[in-house]
Amino acid sequence: MRICIVGCGAVGSLFAANLSLLEDVEVWAYDLAREHVEAIARDGLRLTGAGEVVGRPRATSDAAELPPCDFGIVATKAMHTGPAIAATAHAFADGCVATVQNGLGNEETLAAHVERVIRGTTFPAGKIVEPGVVQWDVKGETTLGPYDGRVPLAEVERLADACTRAGMPTAAVEDARGPQWRKVIFNASTNPVGALTGLTHGRVCERPDLRGLVSGLVAEGKAVAAAQGIVLDADPEQLIDHAAKPEVAYDHKASMLQDVEARRTTEIDFLNGGIVRFGREHGVPTPLNEAIWALVKGVEQSWG
Amino acid sequence: MTRVVVAGAGSIGSLFAAHLAQVADVCVLTRREAHAAALRERGLRVSGRSDLTVQLAATADPEALGDADLAILACKATDLEPLAARLAGRLAGATVMTVQNGLGAEEVVAAHGDWPLLSAVTFMSGTRHDDAHVEYVLDTATWIGPFRGTSFEDARRVAELVESAGLKAEAFHDLRPAQWSKLVFNATVNGVAALTGLPHDFHFAETERPSDLGHLVRDLVDEGRAVAEAAGVDLHDDPWEMNVLATRRGHRHFPSMLEDVEARRPTELEPINGALVRAARRHGVHVPLHTAVYRLVKAKEAGYS
Repeated sequence: MRICIVGCGAVGSLFAANLSLLEDVEVWAYDLAREHVEAIARDGLRLTGAGEVVGRPRATSDAAELPPCDFGIVATKAMHTGPAIAATAHAFADGCVATVQNGLGNEETLAAHVERVIRGTTFPAGKIVEPGVVQWDVKGETTLGPYDGRVPLAEVERLADACTRAGMPTAAVEDARGPQWRKVIFNASTNPVGALTGLTHGRVCERPDLRGLVSGLVAEGKAVAAAQGIVLDADPEQLIDHAAKPEVAYDHKASMLQDVEARRTTEIDFLNGGIVRFGREHGVPTPLNEAIWALVKGVEQSWG
Repeated sequence: MTRVVVAGAGSIGSLFAAHLAQVADVCVLTRREAHAAALRERGLRVSGRSDLTVQLAATADPEALGDADLAILACKATDLEPLAARLAGRLAGATVMTVQNGLGAEEVVAAHGDWPLLSAVTFMSGTRHDDAHVEYVLDTATWIGPFRGTSFEDARRVAELVESAGLKAEAFHDLRPAQWSKLVFNATVNGVAALTGLPHDFHFAETERPSDLGHLVRDLVDEGRAVAEAAGVDLHDDPWEMNVLATRRGHRHFPSMLEDVEARRPTELEPINGALVRAARRHGVHVPLHTAVYRLVKAKEAGYS
């Protein structure tokens, strides 16, 4: 089996390094960051923290080098999905492409370029500490499911099995929208609030007025999910309160707050923007998500 | 000659003081003695839309103030309570005029003395360069109306005095429609600016894409309009049009709330956004977006204070 990881940032690197340990899988890592790619080609891809791994994926920044693959795993930031799949689609003419990205709309973008798309949500997280080296912060489950009828569940199971054997526990399910929307609602309801106020997750949640705003955002997201017949696999409210505990993620600065502090474009279009878009398609009003979306876009515009 | 005390010498107070000093006997009450000393020694300079340097009296000690015919309280809304307390028992012959943003300034002052009171809102703006130099940026008007123990005639006389000093002013029989127009405008524009870091520029009127800020600005204005209506106030100006006009001038105005947030100072959130949200609750109007903006700015402020 040949798998190409498209976008080898922290999450992509976790998949690439672990999968490359399997005897029956050939792994390619495609990324535009030349230093990272060169380091992987030279020294391998090293994970530290939650697991100690040195993987040996093939790494390239040149999409033309990619051979035909059975699977793609797209792990870029959501705003890079289009260009990334446009460059690599040729490698998946006979394969399936899974997204493990944040947000809504990635599947649609992939489906515009490739035939068979797998919806996915992943919880493992980490950060690149230097080229070729990734700090593995959080282990967690990945859920994959067919995007539409063109992908047989058996194919999804084949990819899930490889990931699981590689130490990335992955479930194949018929409808993967539940975990996806649970994560999107969690992120859309908390990350921008942290980004706009500068507060960590725990400090957002301990202010009853802000926690109330978070609940308002969650309620809109749940209504949009329900209108599509999506059954969330867990209640975002409980997950938000759980994460606010001192021993869990009280001091965690949401990635969007980190993006704003570093003046990097955020994933707001694919979080709150996605909820607004699906809300409109299904006749569900989402005024708070619209407001938050506009405010964070305003923050990005303020950088000129 | 009319005796005028200008209390608070930020940009608005400095603009009033310098212009009025040409036609009245002006004394400036500052918070810091060094500021008063700078004004006494160097005079007060205005650049920009006016070009003048005036000599005037200045003190940081309320006890050193003589009586006056008119006292203009031009501090930030957040500094008004302590300022009014310092003036309690003084300026027995003065009519006192508030020019703070938001709502409630008149009541704060009324609690500290029985002066006749005038309400005012000002649309002029300036940039303070140092203690003795202010730049006059927007030469828009100050609107004045009676509040307690005053008549339209009193408002008109003060407006004439301000006009004779080279500033723009207009008297109103009832200031609330104008005050509320500015309240809704400020609650919307200042809040959005403080959260996004954007000065009040063209982004605030853009409605092309679904995520454009103009949608939010318009929705916030609509909520504010509903509160004004419930409060029985017929807005003098349409805050959305005020927004569009201001952004068309091509001038990137930095609302004070944005400057405060960037300098990590307390903002005028309570007298502006807080006042609007509380008025909405009092009148049973649902304002989810203003509530969200209010909570976000409040939390942002709490994060650095």
